[in-house]
Amino acid sequence: MKKDKVLRSFFFHFFVIGFGLVMVYPILWSISSSLKPEFEIFKNASSLIPSEIKWDNYVKGWSGFGKITFGTFFFNSGFITFFVVLGTLFSSTLVAFGFARLKFHFKSILFVLLLATIMLPSQVTLIPQYIMFHKIGWVNTYLPLIVPAFIGGVPFFIFLLIQFIKGLPRELDEAAIIDGCSTFGVFWRIILPLMKPAIATVAIFSFYWTWDDFMTPLIYLNDTNMFTVSLGLRMFSDPSSVTAWGQMFAMSVLSLVPTFTIFLFFQKYLVDGIATTGIK
Amino acid sequence: MKVDSTIIKKEKNIAQRSTMHNFLGKMKSEAIAYLFISPWLIGFLLFIIGPMIASLFLSFTKYDLLSSPIWVGFDNYLTMFTQDQRFWTALKVTFLFVLVSVPLKLVFALFIAMLFAKKYRGVNAYRTIYYIPSIIGGSVAVAVMWKQLFGLDGAINSIIAHFGINGPNWIAHPDYALSTLIILVVWQFGSPMLIFLAGLKQIPNELYEAAAVDGASKFSQFLKITIPMLTPIIFFNLIMQMVNGFMTFTQSFLITSGGPLDRTLFYAVYLYEKGFTHFQMGYASAMAWILLIIVAVFTSLIFKSSSLWVYYESEGGK
Repeated sequence: MKKDKVLRSFFFHFFVIGFGLVMVYPILWSISSSLKPEFEIFKNASSLIPSEIKWDNYVKGWSGFGKITFGTFFFNSGFITFFVVLGTLFSSTLVAFGFARLKFHFKSILFVLLLATIMLPSQVTLIPQYIMFHKIGWVNTYLPLIVPAFIGGVPFFIFLLIQFIKGLPRELDEAAIIDGCSTFGVFWRIILPLMKPAIATVAIFSFYWTWDDFMTPLIYLNDTNMFTVSLGLRMFSDPSSVTAWGQMFAMSVLSLVPTFTIFLFFQKYLVDGIATTGIK
Repeated sequence: MKVDSTIIKKEKNIAQRSTMHNFLGKMKSEAIAYLFISPWLIGFLLFIIGPMIASLFLSFTKYDLLSSPIWVGFDNYLTMFTQDQRFWTALKVTFLFVLVSVPLKLVFALFIAMLFAKKYRGVNAYRTIYYIPSIIGGSVAVAVMWKQLFGLDGAINSIIAHFGINGPNWIAHPDYALSTLIILVVWQFGSPMLIFLAGLKQIPNELYEAAAVDGASKFSQFLKITIPMLTPIIFFNLIMQMVNGFMTFTQSFLITSGGPLDRTLFYAVYLYEKGFTHFQMGYASAMAWILLIIVAVFTSLIFKSSSLWVYYESEGGK
C-alpha cells in the first residue's frame, strides 16, 4: 500500500515536471535567445544555453528605432496603463456599489444590460467608436485609450465587484447609516476598505490587459514617439526593416518583466480572484 | 375650539410636510444611486449604445471616413453573402479555430486541474508555473516569439531534427499555420484550469467515499460525480472561451498576418482589414453585425441547452 503511494507520487511529479518543462520551454527559449549572439540564435536553435552571455541585444534593442528608444515606449505604456487602471478602479467601484447596495428605478433592466455587454464582441463598437474619436480629433492622442476607462470601464470588472460586495454583510451599512453616515460615507468608509482583495484583482487584470493591449493602440496611435511597447515590438517584425532577432527577443523579454513582477508579488490575489470569479 | 382647529391645521401641515419630505428623500436617494452608476451609464450610452446604433446605420451605407456615408440598402450584406469569397473563408477559419481550440483548451484545463486537486507536495508551485503562459500569452512579445519558435530555423524544427525530421516553416505552411495558432491558445489553459480547480474543491468528498463503498470505479466516479458537479463551471468556461475565440485578433494579425493563402484569416483580422486598410467602414460595420448575431446565436444555444446538461445542486438536480 505504502509502496503504491510512493510510486504514484513519483509518476505524478515525473509527469507534471516533464509537461511543465514543455509548457515553459518557449519562455525559457526566448530568454536564452535574447542572450545569445545574433548568429547563434537560429543555429542550433533549440539549445537553451548560450555559448556566451551577451547583453548587447539589450543595449542595442533599447536604442530602438531612429531616435526613439524603448525608454519612450515603456514610458508611454506605463503612462497609459497607470491612468487606465486608475480610471477602471474609479468607475467600477462606484458603479458596483450602486448596483449592489442602492435601490433605483430600472435597476434590473440596467443590470441585464450590464451583463449583456460582457459578451458583446468589441468589434461591433470598434468602427463607430473610431469614427467618433476621429471626428472630435482624438485620434493619435491617448484619450481614446484612457477616457473610456473612467466612463464605463470594463463591465466584467463591475460584475466581479458587485458579486464581491453582495457577499459583505449588510448590517455594516445599516449600523453606519444609524450612526449618521451618508451613502457616500458608507461607500468610502465601510465598503471600499473591505473590497481591497477584489480591488487588487481588478487592478492587476486591468494592468495586464492594458499593458498587453495591441489592437486599440494599433488603431489610434500613428506617431512612433507615441507608441506603446506592444507597437514598438511589432516594428521588429516589420518586413521592411532589417530584423535584428536578438534585439527583438531582448525587448520582448523586457516587456514581460512588469507582468512577471506583478505576478510574483500579487500571485495570491490573482489565483484567488480567478478561482472565485472566473476571470478571462 | 379655535385652539383645536389650529392644532389640527398644524398636524395636517406636518403630515403634508413629511410626505413631501419622504418624496424628496426618495428623489434624493434615487439621484444618489444614479450618480453612483453614472460612470457606467454614461459610458454605456456613449461608447456602447450610441456606437451600436451608428454601426447598424453604417452597415447600410458606403463610407470611407472622408466623404459622407452613401445609403446602399442591403448591398453590403448581399455582397458579403453572395460575392465575397474571403468573408466565407474568414467564417470557416474562425469556426474551425473556435470549435477545435475551445474544447481542447477545456479538456487540458480539466485534466490538469484534476491532477492538481490531489494533495501532492509542491502542487501550489506547479500550479503557478502552469498558469504563467496564461498571463503573458496575449502579449505581442509572445506572438513575435511564437513566430520564431515555429519558423523554418526555429526551436521546434531544431528539436525534431534530432529525430531526423526536416520540419517545414510551420507558420508559412498552409496546412499547419492554423494549428500553430491553436497550440498557442491551448497553451494558455491556465485560467480555466484554476477555475476548474476551485470547482473541484467544492465537490464534497462524501460523494466519492459513498461511490467507492458501492464499488464504483474511478472512471465511473469521474463520469457520474465529477463531470455533473462541474457542469456549471464547464458552462461558464465554455461561454467565456467561445466569445474570446470569436474575437481573436492579435495572434493571427501578428504571427501569420491572416496567411498563408488566407488559411488563418480570422474574422476579426478580415474586419480590421476592411475597416482600417481599405477604409470600407460601411462594409466592416455590416461584418461586425454579422459577428454579433453569430455570437448571440451561439451564446443563446449554449444557454438554451444548459437546462439539459448543467446540474445545479440548489435545484435538487436540474
